[in-house]
Amino acid sequence: MRLGATEIVDTFAEAFEMWAARVVITADSAKWALAAARSMTGFATSVIGCKCEAGIERVIPADETPDLRPGISVLLFAMDAEGLGKRLVERIGQCVMTCPTTACFNGLEGAQRAVVGGKLRFFGDGYQIAKRLNGRRYWRVPVMDGEFTVDDRFGMQKAVGGGNILILAADRTAALAAAEAAVEAMTAVEGVILPFPDGVVRSGSKVGSRYKALIASTNDAYCPTLRGYAPNSQVPEGVDCVVEIVIDGLDLSAVQEAMRRGTAAAAAQGVAQVSAGNYGGTLGKFQIHLHQLGLG
Amino acid sequence: MELELIAAPDVPLEAEAISPDRLAGLSAAEVARQSVLHGNATAELGAFFKIAGKPNGEIRVSGDLSRVKMIGAGMSGGRIVVEGDVGPHLGMAMRGGAIVVNGNTGDWLGPEMSGGRILVTGDAGHTVGAAYRGSRIGMRGGQIIVHGKAGNEIGNAMRNGLIAIGGDCGDFAGVNMLAGTIIVLGQLGWRAGAGMKRGSIVAMHDAPVLPTFSYACVFQPTYLRLYLRHLRDLGLPIEGTHIDGHYRRWSGDSVEINRGEILVLDRG
Repeated sequence: MRLGATEIVDTFAEAFEMWAARVVITADSAKWALAAARSMTGFATSVIGCKCEAGIERVIPADETPDLRPGISVLLFAMDAEGLGKRLVERIGQCVMTCPTTACFNGLEGAQRAVVGGKLRFFGDGYQIAKRLNGRRYWRVPVMDGEFTVDDRFGMQKAVGGGNILILAADRTAALAAAEAAVEAMTAVEGVILPFPDGVVRSGSKVGSRYKALIASTNDAYCPTLRGYAPNSQVPEGVDCVVEIVIDGLDLSAVQEAMRRGTAAAAAQGVAQVSAGNYGGTLGKFQIHLHQLGLG
Repeated sequence: MELELIAAPDVPLEAEAISPDRLAGLSAAEVARQSVLHGNATAELGAFFKIAGKPNGEIRVSGDLSRVKMIGAGMSGGRIVVEGDVGPHLGMAMRGGAIVVNGNTGDWLGPEMSGGRILVTGDAGHTVGAAYRGSRIGMRGGQIIVHGKAGNEIGNAMRNGLIAIGGDCGDFAGVNMLAGTIIVLGQLGWRAGAGMKRGSIVAMHDAPVLPTFSYACVFQPTYLRLYLRHLRDLGLPIEGTHIDGHYRRWSGDSVEINRGEILVLDRG
């Protein structure tokens, strides 16, 4: 399949089941809400090394947030519900509660719920106050700029992680221009995040390594410097740079839609190929075929 | 189902039977045979009310009900709409559902209720959401929203839930309060929070604070924004100055465990 000058490779992204939570951060200003969101989503690119994946889903206008202040929606993904609950406590406790003027609310009615405020309340050392409104319990934890308000529990639901596209371009400049266009198109989809730096990852990985201590290693098939050397290189002639965009979403349709928009946006930049990463269908529960995204 | 008062009682009528739980599954004739207490005499509901329709989870009651007591007592679900003024003990010990009063209510509105919501477009009397005399705990949950004013001792010994008064309230708001939230948009009376252990009393106008409360600071309580947004959605006249305002905080009552708070909007 071709979209203009770009070949859409007949392959699929192999995605897998994860657990997700949505965290709504509010603050006196958009600046401080964003500061907390950035802190909370830092060091959360891949479950391989960070135990979770996280990103900013969208900016929420003040009139849509629970406390009518500027807000940011963050999605957090982990491999299981238990792990997700731990990450929520860690990251909300260390990155949101610490940030001036913020409050933190559950943004998802999930199949399971993790106790978050109910644990962070102990930071209040006995001075914390519970409030219950419309079936939700909130905790007021006294802090040095006033109070930190946080939901007692956060919903968690099954989700989809590891959707991806690979952008193969003539050089770095072309690859990044296409990736940036793709990221802009994909971030408009509700319910997805792109967990890597500004959505783009250059160190795509494959499962396993020749070194026993590692569970993942460089995706040599897409390293241009290894063309002609690595046994299964997928880098065609004329391609000197490959970047990847990884997508985590609350459901499969959101991931598919993000991949569709990202592929179209990258192709519009005239890159050589758009492909996708998979493990031969052996790892993930979901196979998202590029040719079945409704592109063309 | 519609109940229209056609024979005004000359003494108070205790009509606990007017409740979605009590009337569920009954025919109109069976509803008419439900017992009520007229003064000290047992009577039938049909002797006072014209009954139309079948119970469908919503009961609409109309007429001069100012002598009709205990409507919705103990109800756990469904909805009662009262058109006109209604007597005391409305929604006593209710556990769920909703009561809407398009008029005024007597004293003892929602005493010892534990769930559901009562919304009054007019005024309420004394002891809204309070504990009965001799009882240690008042309102345990749910919401009482009064658009008009209320009398003394609102939230007496309340342990949870929300009481919001759109107008002024009388003295001893939140007396002996155990927890929960009281918000008064009008003028707060004297001795609010006397003997309170925990809980929040919020006033939007300058209010006298007992000397057994200690001043803490001026701050912007984030949690209050959640409540005010909710009250705004329910039609109370919440202003931007309420939501974005700074509040003076007092802790008390120090004659008890000092864990309660009075917040007064700082208009200065």
